[in-house]
Amino acid sequence: MSIDEDTARKVARLARIRVEEGDLPALASEFNAILGFIEQLEEVDVEGVEPMVSVTPMRLKRRDDVVTEGDQAARILSNAPDAREGFFAVPKVVE
Amino acid sequence: MSALPGMKIAEARDALRKGEVKAVELAEACLGAIEGAGALNAFVHHTPDIAMEQARAADERIAGGDAPAMCGIPIGVKDLFCTRGVPSQAGSAILDGFRPEYESSVTTQLFEAGAVMLGKLNMDEFAMGSSNETSRYGNAVNPWRRGNDETALTPGGSSGGSAAAVAADLCLAATGTDTGGSIRQPAAFTGITGIKPTYGRCSRWGIIAFASSLDQAGPMTKDVRDAAIMLQAMCGHDPKDSTSADLPVPDFEAMLTGDIRGKVIGIPREYRMDGMPDEIEALWAEGRAMLEDAGAKIVDISLPHTKYALPAYYVIAPAEASSNLARYDGVRYGHRAKLAQGEGIVDMYEKTRAEGFGAEVQRRVMVGTYVLSAGFYDAYYNRARKVRTLIKRDFEEAFAQGVDAILTPATPSAAFGLGETADPVQMYLNDVFTVTVNLAGLPAIAVPAGLDRQGLPLGLQLIGKPWEEGDLLNVAHSLEAAAGFVSKPAKWW
Repeated sequence: MSIDEDTARKVARLARIRVEEGDLPALASEFNAILGFIEQLEEVDVEGVEPMVSVTPMRLKRRDDVVTEGDQAARILSNAPDAREGFFAVPKVVE
Repeated sequence: MSALPGMKIAEARDALRKGEVKAVELAEACLGAIEGAGALNAFVHHTPDIAMEQARAADERIAGGDAPAMCGIPIGVKDLFCTRGVPSQAGSAILDGFRPEYESSVTTQLFEAGAVMLGKLNMDEFAMGSSNETSRYGNAVNPWRRGNDETALTPGGSSGGSAAAVAADLCLAATGTDTGGSIRQPAAFTGITGIKPTYGRCSRWGIIAFASSLDQAGPMTKDVRDAAIMLQAMCGHDPKDSTSADLPVPDFEAMLTGDIRGKVIGIPREYRMDGMPDEIEALWAEGRAMLEDAGAKIVDISLPHTKYALPAYYVIAPAEASSNLARYDGVRYGHRAKLAQGEGIVDMYEKTRAEGFGAEVQRRVMVGTYVLSAGFYDAYYNRARKVRTLIKRDFEEAFAQGVDAILTPATPSAAFGLGETADPVQMYLNDVFTVTVNLAGLPAIAVPAGLDRQGLPLGLQLIGKPWEEGDLLNVAHSLEAAAGFVSKPAKWW
């Protein structure tokens, strides 16, 4: 399967990474090299094989649905690029 | 007694307990060594104040007679571990300025055991790399050189700073993490010991995530005994990590009996690669003979899906990374791009991530996005997870036949020159012997076993059964004793 510039543009968009138009051909060619490597997997007979969900058989633990470490808004916001009035601030989302 | 920063953990522990040395002296000696080793670019954030405070506390604790093995031991911490109030940015520009408000579970345990943090260590960005060349801090440099040739060599990756720091005696030991070989490959490139425990042994809480089903923390140390001591302090159940195993942690050091008589060691034929240097082939044969001489039984085994481990890894790891790294959006922490008039929130995400992520991270996030996207999920992601099941089954069948541990080379070459490998796929081949272990969730250790013709260290890898780190360390201890590797890099930095 070969990735063209349109697919590369679409993947970059899905990944929310800005890629300049001029860089798309090089990106598409890198994808093709990596996917070419990955395509060896097509040789494997996986008929009837379950896809791995968990590498060690274990039941995920559950805990009580209670607040364990709450009331720390200031610490949670301490690394925010823009925090105002106890909230993360972002550019306007809704017109 | 060794010069202070050159000490091993066990040696320092005994000297501290006897009062022959103080933790503050050890910390000062290491801080001095770090000060003089800027050329290695191993330590990227220095924490001398924390080190001295922890060392003073350790001395008091030792004087009080309550001193766990790691008490007063100066260590370096890979930048991937969140350390409270100290920059923790996974070698990435997107986390510039990030100072966590919390401490990772592994470093919490180490500090509770009395370990002393000297600073944070260089690494490939988000642990994606095999040469430490994707770091936002620049390359870490291997203290080893090819004889008198001054070419700067890679310490390996992604835990390149950890490996360089331990090999150059800047600290007694360091934490590392291993998603596809990131502890074992750099350990092999720098002549030190590195163990990746069974998936679930060490809590992943507070370790910046790369590929959550593969990531494990482990120690990087000067020998196997030290690996046993430090691993002990890092392991254990943690309610904050739902994949952390609720199993007792045995006394690993006590399991180093040196007796491996009757142990069955498997030699997998699929690890004999085309184009593998004959020195590595020869080292592997020597390792086999050493274990046989120590009384182990050697059997040839087959792990038929080995060849598909790297391609499966390069679907699964980028898929998980694309999901884990979605959190770096410029909203809650780290870098946010400056916006032009009229640009909105999607521009903010896209520009932030284009500016903050380096080329390799962008590549892997996009590959991950592609293999998870509608129409390709089954062909790539699900197929890779099925192949992963088969890779794990290969190991289970070998263990079911009575194999106790598996011996392989650690890497397909010795350390290479910085800048020598530009092709991403070529770089991925570094992990050909290590990546199977992450896919199968098994413990494995790299032990230095010899030097190549150019005087560079080469390592062997032993792979163990799930949760049998104690037995694995004991076999590694025998191999280490037989190999008698004591070489150190000549100081040029």
